[in-house]
Amino acid sequence: MHLSPDQIVFWHYGFLKLNATIVFTWGLMLVMAGGSKLITRNLSIGIQRSRWQNLLEIVVTGIEKQIEEVGLSRPEKYLGFLGTLFLFVAAAAVCTVIPGYEPPTASLSTTAALALCVFVAVPFFGVEEQGVRNYLKSYAKPTIIMLPFNIISELSRTLALAVRLFGNMMSGAMIIGILLTITPFIFPIIMTVLGLLTGMVQAYIFSILATVYIAAATRDRKPKPEPVQAIPA
Amino acid sequence: MTIIAVASIVIAGITISLGSIGPALAEGRAVATALTSLAQQPDASATITRTLFVGLAMIESIAIYCFVVSMILIFANPFWNHVIAQTAGK
Repeated sequence: MHLSPDQIVFWHYGFLKLNATIVFTWGLMLVMAGGSKLITRNLSIGIQRSRWQNLLEIVVTGIEKQIEEVGLSRPEKYLGFLGTLFLFVAAAAVCTVIPGYEPPTASLSTTAALALCVFVAVPFFGVEEQGVRNYLKSYAKPTIIMLPFNIISELSRTLALAVRLFGNMMSGAMIIGILLTITPFIFPIIMTVLGLLTGMVQAYIFSILATVYIAAATRDRKPKPEPVQAIPA
Repeated sequence: MTIIAVASIVIAGITISLGSIGPALAEGRAVATALTSLAQQPDASATITRTLFVGLAMIESIAIYCFVVSMILIFANPFWNHVIAQTAGK
C-alpha cells in the first residue's frame, strides 16, 4: 500500500525516475491542452456553435464571475492563472473514475508545486498592480510590529494550501485502497463517489483561496470618496 | 524495537481520534450559523454559501493535518524504517 503515486516507478536511470505522478500529470496536461486546442479551432460568434464550445464558454464565464465576486476588478488578467489552477485540480480529481488512475495531486510534490506557484503569483500581481513600494509597505500594515507576523502568515498560507490539497486527495485514494482489501464491491464505490465530491470541493477551495490572497495583495488602499446620493425632491 | 512499533500505533490512533473532535465541533457550529443567516437573508445565499465552504475547508485542514501525521506514522514511519534497515543489516 503506497502513500502516494510517487512510489510507483515505471522507469529509472541513475537518479532520474519516471514515476506515476509525472506520467499522470503529463497525461492530464495533454488531454486538457489538446482538447482545448481542438475545440477552439473554429470559434463561432453567432448563435450556432458546437456543444463543446458552449461547454468551454460556460466554464470560462463561470470562473470569471467567481473571480469578480471575490473582489478582483479586472478578472481577465487573472483568469489564466486561477482558471488553470481550478481546472487542473478538478480534472485530476474527476479522472479518478478511470481504472488504474491515481490523482497526481495525491502526491506532496504536485501540491507543493501548485502552492509555490500561488506563493510567487501573489507578490507578482501585487507589485504589478500597486508598484514595489506600496506592495512592500502593505506588509507593515497596520503597524510595523506586524511585519514578522505578515511574513510568517505568507509562508504558512502556502504550506496550508499544499498540505490541505495533499491530505484530501491522499486520504481519498488511501480509503479506497484499504476498503478494496476488506469489503466487497459496493462500499468502495460509495467511497469513490465521496472522493469525487471532496476532490471538486478542494479544487474550488484551492482556486478561491488563491483568488482571495491575490485580491488582498492588489486591493486599492486609497480611501474612496463617498458617492453623492441623489435625493429626490 | 517493539517500543517503536507500539508507540507509533498507539499514537497514530490517538492523533486521529483526538484531532477530529475539535474540527467536527467547529464545523457543526459554522454550518449552524450559516443556516441561521441564510434563513434571515436568503438574498445573500451565494455569498454565504461560498464563505461557508471556504471556512469549512480551513477548519477541515486541521483534521487533515492530524490525518497526515497518523498516516505517516503507520505507512512511512522513518524510525521503523531505520529499525528494519538495522535488523536487515545484522
